[in-house]
Amino acid sequence: MESEQRIGETTFATPSDQEVVITRVFDAPRELVFDAMTSPEHVPSWYGPHGFTLPVCEIDLRPGGAWRYVMRAPDGTDMGMRGVYREIEPPERIVSTESFDDYPGESLNTVVLTEEDGRTLVTTTVRYKSKEIRDAVIASGMQAGAAETYDRLAEYVDSLAGIGGRGR
Amino acid sequence: MTADPLSLTFAALADPTRRAILARLAKGAAPVKELAAPFSISGPAISKHLRVLERAGLIARGRDAQWRPCRLEAAPLRDVAAFAEGYRRFWDESYARLDEYLNDLKARD
Repeated sequence: MESEQRIGETTFATPSDQEVVITRVFDAPRELVFDAMTSPEHVPSWYGPHGFTLPVCEIDLRPGGAWRYVMRAPDGTDMGMRGVYREIEPPERIVSTESFDDYPGESLNTVVLTEEDGRTLVTTTVRYKSKEIRDAVIASGMQAGAAETYDRLAEYVDSLAGIGGRGR
Repeated sequence: MTADPLSLTFAALADPTRRAILARLAKGAAPVKELAAPFSISGPAISKHLRVLERAGLIARGRDAQWRPCRLEAAPLRDVAAFAEGYRRFWDESYARLDEYLNDLKARD
């Protein structure tokens, strides 16, 4: 059951070839979580892995409105991201497109917030246009992973064809 | 060295002999002797590879002391295939920061 998920635990699943579903429970009411996730005043305070900053955070929170983030890695590298909001239903639902400036792989992201006993379950469904794009984006680690991981991942991908037929 | 499950999996997969063992096990469980057959390496060397795979959760070994068949455990492979470390880290660390930030916001009220 959803409500059994612990605070502080992120779950990942691939319910279809084109999707990744990420869930997390926050110890806060839904309105607060929604604001923290959608307000340019709040988003730079948490978005991105440790050590990353968000020097640009523009949010036009309405259907058809655009958003634009620039994320800065600890080594100073900037990564631009952008998209357009499709649906906004405070405090329970946000649908938007997302793409990186320098990488292919636009996705449609659906964020659903449900509250129970003062805690909020956030379910993010990221839908890519194809399995190939999804897997490429994941393999790239959203450009925020370690180089040695990529090396080992590359080796692993080379070997996939031989393991259980999940290969390319 | 800290070894989270995904790192153990990657490390185990980094060796071609171990990948070949997994490829063989993808076709079905097999005893150690049969796994060792295609390789010109010693019994202890094969045992070492199997221990690495077992520690990474990629294989399980039967209870039968005589035969001890090995079989593939698919879950860690699915984890690696689906979620490279950077992708997981991006969400997990962002959300951990959001946890702290929400606590700050609640304290302000």
